[in-house]
Amino acid sequence: MSALLSVSGVSKRFRGLVAVDRVSFEVPERGIFAVIGPNGAGKTTLFNMIAGVFPADTGTITFGGQRIDGLPPDRICRRGIGRTFQIVRPFPALSVEDNVIVGALLHRHHVDAARGRAHEVLRRLDLYDRRDQRASSLTLPDRKRLEVARALATDPKLLLLDEVMAGLRPTEMDRIVAILRELNRETGLTILLIEHVMRAVMALATHILVLHHGAAIAEGPPEQVVRNAAVIESYLGVEVVE
Amino acid sequence: MPAELYLNVAVGGVLTGLVYGLMALGLSVIFGVVRVVNFAHGEMMTIAMYIAVTLFTAFHLDPLVMLVPIAAVMFAFGYVLQTRLINPFITRPEYTQFLLLVAVAIIIVNLLLIAFGPDAQNVQTSYGYDSFQIGPLIVDATKAYAGIAAIVVAAALFGFFQYTRPGTAIRACADNYTGALVVGLDVRHLYALTFGLGAACVGAAGCMLLLIFDVTPAVGPAYTLLAFVIVITGGLGSMPGALIGGVLIGLTEAMAGLLFTPSAKSMFAFGILVLVLLFRPQGIMGKKTS
Amino acid sequence: MIVRLFEGVPRRGLAMLGALLAALIAAPLVAGDYLLTVLILILYFAYIGQAWNIMMGFAGQLSLGHALYVGLGAYTAASLYIHFGIGPWLGLLVAVPVAALAGAFIGFLAFRFRVAGVYFAILTIAVAEFARVGFDHLAWTSGSSGLFLPVAQYTHNDLWQLRGKPVMFYYVLLAAAVLAFIFCRALLQSRIGYFWRAIREDEEAARSAGIDVFHYKMIAVVISAAMTSFAGVIYAFYYNNLFPEQVFHISRSIEIILGPIVGGIGTLFGPILGAVVLTGLAETLTAALAAAGIDLPGAKQVFYGICLLLVITTLPDGVWPWVCKRIGLAERKK
Repeated sequence: MSALLSVSGVSKRFRGLVAVDRVSFEVPERGIFAVIGPNGAGKTTLFNMIAGVFPADTGTITFGGQRIDGLPPDRICRRGIGRTFQIVRPFPALSVEDNVIVGALLHRHHVDAARGRAHEVLRRLDLYDRRDQRASSLTLPDRKRLEVARALATDPKLLLLDEVMAGLRPTEMDRIVAILRELNRETGLTILLIEHVMRAVMALATHILVLHHGAAIAEGPPEQVVRNAAVIESYLGVEVVE
Repeated sequence: MPAELYLNVAVGGVLTGLVYGLMALGLSVIFGVVRVVNFAHGEMMTIAMYIAVTLFTAFHLDPLVMLVPIAAVMFAFGYVLQTRLINPFITRPEYTQFLLLVAVAIIIVNLLLIAFGPDAQNVQTSYGYDSFQIGPLIVDATKAYAGIAAIVVAAALFGFFQYTRPGTAIRACADNYTGALVVGLDVRHLYALTFGLGAACVGAAGCMLLLIFDVTPAVGPAYTLLAFVIVITGGLGSMPGALIGGVLIGLTEAMAGLLFTPSAKSMFAFGILVLVLLFRPQGIMGKKTS
Repeated sequence: MIVRLFEGVPRRGLAMLGALLAALIAAPLVAGDYLLTVLILILYFAYIGQAWNIMMGFAGQLSLGHALYVGLGAYTAASLYIHFGIGPWLGLLVAVPVAALAGAFIGFLAFRFRVAGVYFAILTIAVAEFARVGFDHLAWTSGSSGLFLPVAQYTHNDLWQLRGKPVMFYYVLLAAAVLAFIFCRALLQSRIGYFWRAIREDEEAARSAGIDVFHYKMIAVVISAAMTSFAGVIYAFYYNNLFPEQVFHISRSIEIILGPIVGGIGTLFGPILGAVVLTGLAETLTAALAAAGIDLPGAKQVFYGICLLLVITTLPDGVWPWVCKRIGLAERKK
């Protein structure tokens, strides 16, 4: 499986603090890649660099064979990377449908075509019935799914999910996990996610990268990473392994 | 033109600039703490100027002498304005706050127009034509007194924020709103206090400015804009920045008036504003917000 | 396409729209001279409010210096007429690009350098003020002494030269207001309209959805400026005199925004309703004062200020959404 996203030697400092320290990894096509680690480990910073929110200080980021480091967020989305936010940011005054249409309009020039695609995505994310509701009136789990829907509507090849499980009850979480697996299986969508909820990580991930103090301390298939001593000590604790 | 002329004009500009700085100080304090952009700032100053003019015309009271009472009146006005009108808007979107104060500004200007008419009024003090000679320098007495008064008031304000309890409390509020609430500070009262202080500042500045310039209702908006230019140039929320910005603008204005035509001097202020907004939006003393 | 334009509008709404339009077309036949001038003012502000609304209501950029575009349009067309005898409709071909360029300039300065919110508003004020002082010194347009269009007794209405009775201006402005309304509706429903609304809601989120925010903000500013300049051309040929002090003054900019804000930012009917309510009431106030023998310059402005204050404090979304609920029309705040 070829690498869709390739991160190489990427670092970021904020004044005196090294947030990300020469991290390298590859996300294979059709893979589900999870980035885990304690708070402050640099996960969201890493994400933001991939998504173009700010540039990396060193290193390169390659997507589909082309360099994307330094590009602004909108160009990166147009290249095929969709993202969600840790603190959800739907367009509050717009309806659920309109939120997703905005995403779908990226690669479609007619509102009708976009609406069609939006409905498709909304059905998959179980939001079709609420399509006329204002986004601001949705519950948190629904808003999270809306953000995923909006990102999906942009027809990404890679989806970046930033702690999408946070704040969800187990049933809601299982639903999203099921939807993501379906998407990955049926459409070949590659997923890169930051996650704290290990249950979701173990259910989804084909690969895991563990960050600690900005550096990568372990990488590999889930069963392997989860038994890694350094990982257990710095983050997981012993209970998870059982 | 002889060098002394440039020097005199420059010094005059700096002194006037100190008063501008005091005016802008009020705006900066209000924004720095209450985070409200006071678009009625110049208009509030015009109120003070008209009060001073009226007192002078009726009772021959020098504006500088009336400085404290007028500042007190303006303080009350600002305090009430904040508690009654502005407080609910602190959490609303920025542009609604802005427009609220635009509305207040329009009302003030036009009420003044109705009350006093459009003609210019001014104050002719006994020392109105005096000047001091220091070496080659010739300084207008009015500007000298105004400039000194501005420094005194600004120093008093600094002292208040640095050394008194309410002053420290206000600074705490500005730094960390939630923290201040948690510690039990009555934030709404402090906000009103701050707005009142800003208004008092501007009232004092108005008294000083009256010695130098005429007043018409239309100067309100002009001074509001000038205050914004100064505050943005000096750094929004920075007190020393406001004074530095004021002096800079006062100086530029004076020199532009000398070198080009007097009526074009506001163009320079705006030119500076545009340059600052583009290249150093945090101003001279401001901190860069990421 | 016409059908598409009215998609989603309830039948009652369409009927009311039709009735309103019919009334407006017939109005000059029954209105007296004074009422006609008031109606002209209302249409002028309704049109210009729509243009401003594109920048603010659609793209979320607060412009407090829109008088700049009015002035540029007015002075360009007037100067071309006076110096070269070029009629207003041809003059438009120059006036609109001039204003569009000014808008692009401001937009570029602001958006490239991330000047937003209140700072952006101040920038727009500053540029308009700059123009006001600048034109005061511009000899080609007669500076502060004013630019005057030749006025003579006209026996007939000359649409091409825009010389004639107020009635002619009324219909021109009516057509403009109707076209602006249709245009804005079409824009809102288009791809651009969706992107604008996204930008207005959350720029960063819009960017992450692939929207080139700079590009679409610029489009909003340029369209808004261009549309506004047309009103400027009409202004010049209707009043026949231009003074920088008046045309570019910040009071003009504030008058422009009052209608949309009172009526409802971001809605299609807001600017129209706002213009009707504000101008109608203001003129009534002035007439009442005059009838009582009171001459209070500034009374009208105080009234505007109070209206603005009341709307901002009690009905921040504007009067139109409130009216909608009352009469049972749901114009979704788009």
